[in-house]
Amino acid sequence: MNVQGRPTRPETTAAPTDPTFTGNRGLNMEEALIFESGRFDATGVDIEQPPAFESKLGPHARISAVELPGLTEPEAIRHYVRLSRNNYSIDAGLYPLGSCTMKHNPRLNEKMARMPGFADVHPLQPVSTAQGALEVIEALSNALMTMTGMDAIAMSPKAGAHGELCGMMAIKAAIEARGEGEARRVVLVPDSAHGTNPATAALIGYSVRSVPAGKDGIVSVEAVRAALAPDVAAIMLTNPNTCGLFEREIVAITDAVHEAGAYFYCDGANFNAIVGKTRPGDLGVDAMHINLHKTFSTPHGGGGPGAGPVVLSSRLAPYAPVPFIVREGGALRLVEHADGRESFGRMCAFHGQMGMFVRALTFILSHGADGLRQASEDAVLSANYIRASLDEVMSAPFGDRPCMHEALFDDRWLKDTGLTTLDFAKAMIDEGYHPMTVYFPLVVHGAMLIEPTESESKASLDLFIMTIRDLAIAAKAGEGHRFQAAPVHAPRRRLDETRAARQPVLRWTKPEPV
Amino acid sequence: MRYLPLDASEREAMLSRIGVLDIEALFADIPAPKRIEGLLEMPLAKSEMAVERAMTAIANRSVAAGSVPFFLGSGAYRRHIPATVDHLIQRSEFLTSYTPYQPEIAQGTLQVLFEFQTQVAALTGMEVANASMYDGSTACGEAMLMAHRLTRRNRSVVSGGLHPQYVDVCETLAHMAGDKIVRLAPDLKASEDIAAAIDNETSCVIVQSPDFFGNLRDLTPITEAAHAHGALLIAVFTDPVALGALRSPGEMNADIAVGEGQGLGNALNFGGPYVGLFATRAKNVRQMPGRLAGETVDAEGRRSFVLTLSTREQHIRREKATSNICTNSGLCALAFSIHLTLLGGVGLERLANVNHAGAVQLAERLSAIPSVEVINTHFFNEFVMRTPRPAGELIEVLAKRGVIGGLPVSRLLPGAALDDCIIVASTETNTDDDRAAYAQALADCLR
Amino acid sequence: MPEIRYSKDHEYIRVESGEGVVGISNYAQQQLGDVVFAETPPIGKAVKKGDPAAVVESVKAASDVFTPASGEVIAVNSEVEATPGLINEDALGRGWLFRIRLANASELSALMDEAAYADFLKTLA
Repeated sequence: MNVQGRPTRPETTAAPTDPTFTGNRGLNMEEALIFESGRFDATGVDIEQPPAFESKLGPHARISAVELPGLTEPEAIRHYVRLSRNNYSIDAGLYPLGSCTMKHNPRLNEKMARMPGFADVHPLQPVSTAQGALEVIEALSNALMTMTGMDAIAMSPKAGAHGELCGMMAIKAAIEARGEGEARRVVLVPDSAHGTNPATAALIGYSVRSVPAGKDGIVSVEAVRAALAPDVAAIMLTNPNTCGLFEREIVAITDAVHEAGAYFYCDGANFNAIVGKTRPGDLGVDAMHINLHKTFSTPHGGGGPGAGPVVLSSRLAPYAPVPFIVREGGALRLVEHADGRESFGRMCAFHGQMGMFVRALTFILSHGADGLRQASEDAVLSANYIRASLDEVMSAPFGDRPCMHEALFDDRWLKDTGLTTLDFAKAMIDEGYHPMTVYFPLVVHGAMLIEPTESESKASLDLFIMTIRDLAIAAKAGEGHRFQAAPVHAPRRRLDETRAARQPVLRWTKPEPV
Repeated sequence: MRYLPLDASEREAMLSRIGVLDIEALFADIPAPKRIEGLLEMPLAKSEMAVERAMTAIANRSVAAGSVPFFLGSGAYRRHIPATVDHLIQRSEFLTSYTPYQPEIAQGTLQVLFEFQTQVAALTGMEVANASMYDGSTACGEAMLMAHRLTRRNRSVVSGGLHPQYVDVCETLAHMAGDKIVRLAPDLKASEDIAAAIDNETSCVIVQSPDFFGNLRDLTPITEAAHAHGALLIAVFTDPVALGALRSPGEMNADIAVGEGQGLGNALNFGGPYVGLFATRAKNVRQMPGRLAGETVDAEGRRSFVLTLSTREQHIRREKATSNICTNSGLCALAFSIHLTLLGGVGLERLANVNHAGAVQLAERLSAIPSVEVINTHFFNEFVMRTPRPAGELIEVLAKRGVIGGLPVSRLLPGAALDDCIIVASTETNTDDDRAAYAQALADCLR
Repeated sequence: MPEIRYSKDHEYIRVESGEGVVGISNYAQQQLGDVVFAETPPIGKAVKKGDPAAVVESVKAASDVFTPASGEVIAVNSEVEATPGLINEDALGRGWLFRIRLANASELSALMDEAAYADFLKTLA
């Protein structure tokens, strides 16, 4: 059985220091739920009511009232502004979450996405009245195919994981078209992969064969060859990988995969490291999703929305889902039905994350070929700067080899301190930083994955490095109190996650009358 | 480049700390023949003003819905969104934060999700809701897969009143997963016999109300028929505002309620990003896909919120996860929640009433035109109109006259022999003048 | 004194007159952290040695429990489903998961006794 765990409730409970009457601590404010502060007969929207009319709802009309509280505008604004202040954000500070790519979100992108010609266009308007919208899709498609060196693209997937699903469905369709649908039902996935990879393979009925990563953090062509067999449909490989390393043997791996009659799915989560440096199409990739919210900086929004277009090789292009656009003469046309084509079907209603397309296209136009390349280089430079500046106080699992856009450390250096990766992460919160990604990838014990992105100034990187060094030295010097109780300066102390899972409370309910 | 803070001398200093001579040394793992020499074949960087000019030119090549009398719905609805909503969702702390993995510094997002889950549960009449899905169509597909897990069966029955693109999404998923799906014929008048299609192999029945054609459906007898065979009822809706006027899926004993939430707080955006709503009974929660926020306490005993029941999810369960979904549609869920908080139950009911009133008036005006027939007996804010002219052509002609008159059914159901039918929607954004302009234009086009 | 045997996957089986009581070891519960959910197999199910038969979850990990011996499930611990924390408090006692009627008692000889398991744990440190 799997015996990897970690503490999920605070070891100590503490009394609040210097309690206040309100529970507030200066700018740090407590905020009730809308169900507690709002009134169930109030509304913050004035709506002119129509003259009397004959209802056409028949027996379907609601009998009971909708039991939801309302807040007037000033109350609503205060509620959400107070809540917002309890969140960390990129705008407020360095957000080094490895593999999540928390880079600056240009405000021009927001402004463009809100223009009525993009935001106020209905997905089913006559195509003759939505040419601008289709032009955005076409322009972004062309840009993404140029950057990746791929032949075709499916724009509709709504997020990275949805893109994975799309790419794997195209692969499955291609394999079925070859008449090998029953014979090939295994997907090779390295141990270090994102959980979405095996989950995606399972969703389409494939089983997962795991491929071990080597001691150097990459997958070797020998390991892939050993796992390849006539039952293999595809390999799903992240490149650059989740350890922040470029898969050096990728060309030999793609050759081996293709020789074995299988397809190469590349998880493009880390494409931001290599834009303008190499093209996945030249590396032999058959399908790859692109997280517009990572590489092209559409805002993460507290957990979505994302967008996950998938580029496809010519071998998979015929199986791409609908819809897609074609240019006929001067006009763009939307193909919404498979109509005897080999398309595997449809991923979602309508045409994909248009609002995200506008932002990503704006980002690409702003950067241009020169800016995109510089952004990749700066992201990689900054990650290596952090790696080189911290490797004497922390331990790196793969030695001092250069990384790509993120620097990975393990917890060997904490061994005799009695502290864990989690303790270290929580102490960073008290220093005003969002922690790095922790305990991922799973192949590295107590992993700490730091991704600074290209958006940080050198002064910002230097302060971050000094802070981490200071914490590391304190940890080794036995200053456990800075860690075990942390965070003490955040809106909340550590949470009892055990209780949340053992007795799930997933919604507000009306208190029992006393 | 305005977004890149490092300058040349800083880059040099950083390279020397790293101990390499140039930036290429850091890319040495990329096989040399595969590296790009020089730049990609794309234009160079542009100033903010130049980009704005280019993007505005593209935007101007579409007709904005708000600039014309606009009567299109079919799964996406033009709403008046209070100015407060867009202001609040652009707060840096909401816009530029990640999934709340560090709950001590993400209570804002987490409390919003907890409130959102409660609102969705109350609105649908269900017990629990998740923190949102990509959109209504993918929520529908995920609900089907969840029903397969709960019943350990794999045959779903899909109503002919379900949005055709939702059906396509379910069909694609079912085909890929090796599941069976029974798709009933498009059902203009809600007269299909769903119960006859349910058997002891059926995992779920998927029914939309108001359906794609605007008809209102009583789910209670279908639920009874499904339950009699051990199958689940999945209730689908495409406009959350409809639930302000209609009996909820929960009241009709649905097991899972899914829908599109765009109609509150979110712009049309040519189809995305939207926000999928997903609610079910408490006993099913462990098979539910997607993120969940739950209540707990911190080390000082203060009420706090945290993502919970994560062992259902891909980052822990990997190939045994309930879904491959990683994120929700956070910012769209926030917009939905703020809009609904401003409305309250009272405001939602009033908004629904205005929508319904407008649609009733529009149906009266249009059906007064000779040769125009409104099909529906009961409807909320959307109905089907039949005219003597092919619908696709008629809608194009109307568009040239500056009226977006609805959806030709044939666009989404080309083989259904419904080429003379148009689905027409009306929301609070339509005025009497809009309706009069539509009736006038239609009468002219049919003359 | 009933005999207790361990697998390398950290399940135990306590043998009592032809029946075996299965749970996870003390080491496993410590490593897993606070257990928040336990799922037991249906009564009557035939399980083969090494089959995933139950599930134990902490907040951050889900773990299959592989049955260390073959047999038919004849009882499950409903108490542990309601109060999964019992696995942390008393893994070898009230935290048991399911009871099987042993199909092949000779399978037990491949498992470790108390002392051998203790030695095995030392190799993991």
